[in-house]
Amino acid sequence: MSPILLAEQVLNGLQSGVMLFLMAAGLTLIFGVMGLINLAHGSLYMIGAFAAAAVAGATGSFALALVAALAAAAAAGALIELVVIRRLYARDHLDQVLATFALILILSEGTRWLFGSFPLYLNMPPALSGTVSLPGGIVYPVYRLALIAVGIAVALGLWWLNARTRLGIRIRAGENDREMIAALGVDISKLYTLVFAIGAALAGLAGALVGAIQSVQVGMGEPVLILAFVVIVIGGIGSIKGALIGALLVGLTDTLGGVLLPELFKLFTDPATAAATGSAFASMAIYVLMAGVLIWRPTGLFGARA
Amino acid sequence: MSRERLLNGALLLALILIPAWALYAGEPFTITLATRAVIFALAAVGLNIALGLGGLVSLGHAVFFGIGGYAMGILASHAQSYTPLMDWPFAIEGTKSMPVIWLVAIVASSCAALLIGLLSLRTSGVYFIMITLAFGQMMYFFAISWPAYGGEDGLSIYVRNGFPGLNTLDPIQFYGLCLALLCLVLAFNARLMRSPFGLALNAARQVPERVRAVGLDPRRLQLVALVISGAITGLAGALFADLNRFVSPTMLSWQMSGEIMVFVIIGGVARLFGPVAGAGIYVLLEHLLGGVSEYWQIFLGLVLLMVVLFGKGGVVGMIAGRRRDD
Repeated sequence: MSPILLAEQVLNGLQSGVMLFLMAAGLTLIFGVMGLINLAHGSLYMIGAFAAAAVAGATGSFALALVAALAAAAAAGALIELVVIRRLYARDHLDQVLATFALILILSEGTRWLFGSFPLYLNMPPALSGTVSLPGGIVYPVYRLALIAVGIAVALGLWWLNARTRLGIRIRAGENDREMIAALGVDISKLYTLVFAIGAALAGLAGALVGAIQSVQVGMGEPVLILAFVVIVIGGIGSIKGALIGALLVGLTDTLGGVLLPELFKLFTDPATAAATGSAFASMAIYVLMAGVLIWRPTGLFGARA
Repeated sequence: MSRERLLNGALLLALILIPAWALYAGEPFTITLATRAVIFALAAVGLNIALGLGGLVSLGHAVFFGIGGYAMGILASHAQSYTPLMDWPFAIEGTKSMPVIWLVAIVASSCAALLIGLLSLRTSGVYFIMITLAFGQMMYFFAISWPAYGGEDGLSIYVRNGFPGLNTLDPIQFYGLCLALLCLVLAFNARLMRSPFGLALNAARQVPERVRAVGLDPRRLQLVALVISGAITGLAGALFADLNRFVSPTMLSWQMSGEIMVFVIIGGVARLFGPVAGAGIYVLLEHLLGGVSEYWQIFLGLVLLMVVLFGKGGVVGMIAGRRRDD
């Protein structure tokens, strides 16, 4: 395997890692502040992708499509929070899992009813659709580089929001002591709706951005959701830093495992068997990573509580 | 006699009378539906031991269901192609005998439950939910990308496996076999709930500190519960594969895990016949609403949402009242 191919795969891993981060950051924020496990987060990812595909199809503008994705996912998130989710904060995790599982059924089938079962396609903007030569002779799609940049920008933005703004102070206070900040005059239910909408918007953004390199279809959110869970388990629940590092680890392991393991098996068997066995084991690599982290640190790399 | 006992008796009677009527009226499809309900109930009885008794919210029970299914698929496919499963270090042949397949399914799924339990019981709460979901997804992707046994397409078996003395191709005889297994497992479950182990497990769910204080290890109790639970769900998986004469990665998918949990919740958590009621209602809804609309899962979602938000205790809880130890 050439170093150039390897470098490309590392970039691919980073790209899928930062997109996972967008999902995992929302999930971990919602869990950290409200103590809620939200299985329907993948549905918000799907809503973002469908909104983007529909608007891009109607207007031809990718920028408008992204705005639509953010707005649709945030609005859907706020609506879900107001109608269903806020009844679940005081419930146990089992009830949260079941109610949000019910939401997945409703949102997935509802989307299928609106848009049909066939996948939609979202074209990436012409300005970003070419390739670029990087130092060292790597030729890489501009769009994927842009995704990495967006992911880094969102990570910085979240850090700024959390550490430097009044909302961030309230979020951190909410993580520590709900009763206290309610007593200090902060409208806690508005704060919860806002946090949920922010998490939803991040998921919607990820859905729209990834939708341009994959097809937009019902059920696209759940595999990403489960990967985001793996990220959170590795990084530690409630930690945005953990989500970032976990997401990059998972993205890189998944991508590099898919390339390197078949190569590794080629040392022992014939190429066809090696490709099949290698890819079968590569699909398990991130879960082995997760199991390893769990044995080492049961609450994740940056997790404080179980 | 308590209301719960009356309800349990009524459910058992329905499981006998409905297929008997279908046999008399010549409606084999109803028998197949009932078989489906009984097998789902068996899978949910398995989950109920971990979830209801042990308090372990496992979103990965499709692993055991699927392993049971693949135990049947792999053994039967080798038997129908007359190729050995392996030659070295000793030869293992495939088989078309149900009891052998069940045994393999139970052993394989309890081994998987032991392994998953050892890892995931290091944590609790939300971590446990996410980890069981993740291990489920791991098996799902492994089954999809492992080409030897059909990969994404799954495995078809031409003829249903045999049971000594029965013609399993006759729907009512296969149904009887499944119902007998369900009753056996329900009887086992009833004994388990009242056994010292069941009481200790119940206590470990409610106040783990006290259980530890009397010298028992809550983690070990939960691990044993998870293994028993996985074994029962694995057995159900083997039966389900035999019902469809088909096994595919869908049996391992996270939706399957969610559905098994839905059976338990709609019926009633930690109630002996809760999973039976839940699976029966699910199959009925699937059949009735599926005929009305292609998008019937929207209605299923709404029903589930209502049960979770407003109907604590599921159907059995609503009819028979709260549990004594609640």
